[in-house]
Amino acid sequence: MSEPNDISRMTSAAFELPQFAELRQPKLRVSGVSRKFATPNGTSVIALEHISLEVRPGEFLCIVGPSGCGKSTLLSLMAGLDTPTSGEIFLDGQRVDGPGTGLSVIFQELGLFPWLTVLQNVEFGLKMKGMERAERRKRAMEFLRLVHLSSFESSYIHQLSGGMKQRVALARSLATQPDVLFMDEPFAALDAQTRDLMHEELERVWKETGQTIVFVTHNVREAVRLGDRVMLLTFRPGRVKTVFPVILERPRHLEDADLAHTAREVLAQLKEEINKAVEEEYSHAAKD
Amino acid sequence: MRRRIEKLIFFFCLLAVWQVIYKMKIWSPFLFPSPFEVFDALRLGFGDRTFLIGVGISMRRIAIGYGISIVLGLALGLLIAMNDFLENTIGSLVLSLQSLPSICWLPLALLWFGLSEAAILFVVVMGSLLAVTINTESGVRNVPKIYMLAGRNLGANGARLFLHVLLPASLPYLISGLKQGWAFAWRSLIAGEMIYGSLGLGFLLMMGRDLNDMSQVLAVMGLIMFLGYVVDRVFFVNVERHIRSRWGFAPTS
Repeated sequence: MSEPNDISRMTSAAFELPQFAELRQPKLRVSGVSRKFATPNGTSVIALEHISLEVRPGEFLCIVGPSGCGKSTLLSLMAGLDTPTSGEIFLDGQRVDGPGTGLSVIFQELGLFPWLTVLQNVEFGLKMKGMERAERRKRAMEFLRLVHLSSFESSYIHQLSGGMKQRVALARSLATQPDVLFMDEPFAALDAQTRDLMHEELERVWKETGQTIVFVTHNVREAVRLGDRVMLLTFRPGRVKTVFPVILERPRHLEDADLAHTAREVLAQLKEEINKAVEEEYSHAAKD
Repeated sequence: MRRRIEKLIFFFCLLAVWQVIYKMKIWSPFLFPSPFEVFDALRLGFGDRTFLIGVGISMRRIAIGYGISIVLGLALGLLIAMNDFLENTIGSLVLSLQSLPSICWLPLALLWFGLSEAAILFVVVMGSLLAVTINTESGVRNVPKIYMLAGRNLGANGARLFLHVLLPASLPYLISGLKQGWAFAWRSLIAGEMIYGSLGLGFLLMMGRDLNDMSQVLAVMGLIMFLGYVVDRVFFVNVERHIRSRWGFAPTS
């Protein structure tokens, strides 16, 4: 009776050699997460339903979906800024129950501090961690160099262009060396040219740092341009509809035929969800 | 440059018209002195140091009174902004007290503190404290949420979030509160000194009246105007402009 048990224990032990465990262990695991919101008239809206996903260490995951699908809600949950109604989220196997420095978010509005210089902005997270002045200055400069902004260390935020602000925000978050970096439609407000440049920049920085990134966008081509995988959410309630692996060589370009092809596949499915959203809107209008 | 010349010419013309009216002898020179006589009174006042002492004493009073207002007003404004109960109670009290002209506090202050320095300081504090409080409160409430979100996300909590994010983020609003507080403090001080005050500019103004010395009255009025203008229009306006441009606000005229 005991023999097969021993064998199975042995095999499982063999598989749990540290390097294998490292590979098998997802960086971030979302397990059966739902989020309901109460509406003013007493009912509740299900924003997210039974979402499960895993983010691998060093992965670039993009989340797309029609507006109102709960993309940003999902990001808030994963970053610990909001708590799920049910389900759990794990970072490195540890339950996430609040914001932590391991989970860094770049919001669309960035929230750079105008009263601080570029360098002081990048230093901010390190200062809050209690890092010594000389050391944090050195580290901040490294990350400013990484985003090619070292000559702007003593500029103030209002003196920078849109793309430069994005790069400061990137450096500020990366400097804290988070476990996962979340980006919530960070490039939505940029003009097309600057956005192209930011895609290149982000791809390069991601490669150089090996940072795990979860990137939320409504722009399918952007998602396919950047992501290792693209996860499509359904319209209300938000569920995982499809996960597309993007197996395209890097560096990628928006003009690549393969990229356009993959984007079209994602877009076809996204269209279905957008149509649902439109239908629901019409039915509401018909009731009124 | 052009605007400066325009201004200069305007003020020169004003003085010229004044001088012409004086020469026309419509009113007695005792009631309507010439600009030269007022200038003489100013020179005389500074010559025997009475004006110097007056300015010094008024400045000392406003430094103390306004200083107290800033400290109390910032603290009170913050508390009100962060606590709904305090906002509903103390907040409404502050708003209703704000409609009371500060000089109304003088009778009360005289009864409480007697003919003392404390009575004047009390009036100055009551005059400016509320303005600082109200502006601090709205300033803290106006801080864009994104700064707090970003600050928290970068690991700032509690006192450090307050010190490193909330306070600097609300500075553009705080500064307009401080400016308004200053204006109220200055007016309260002069009013208080006129009714009761040993030395000080308000006192010098009343002394001119008692001596029937219109030149001194006008000279002191000019002095009060000048000091108020320098602090309000030169100091605060520049600080405000600097902060607003740094914080990325559209430049205001």
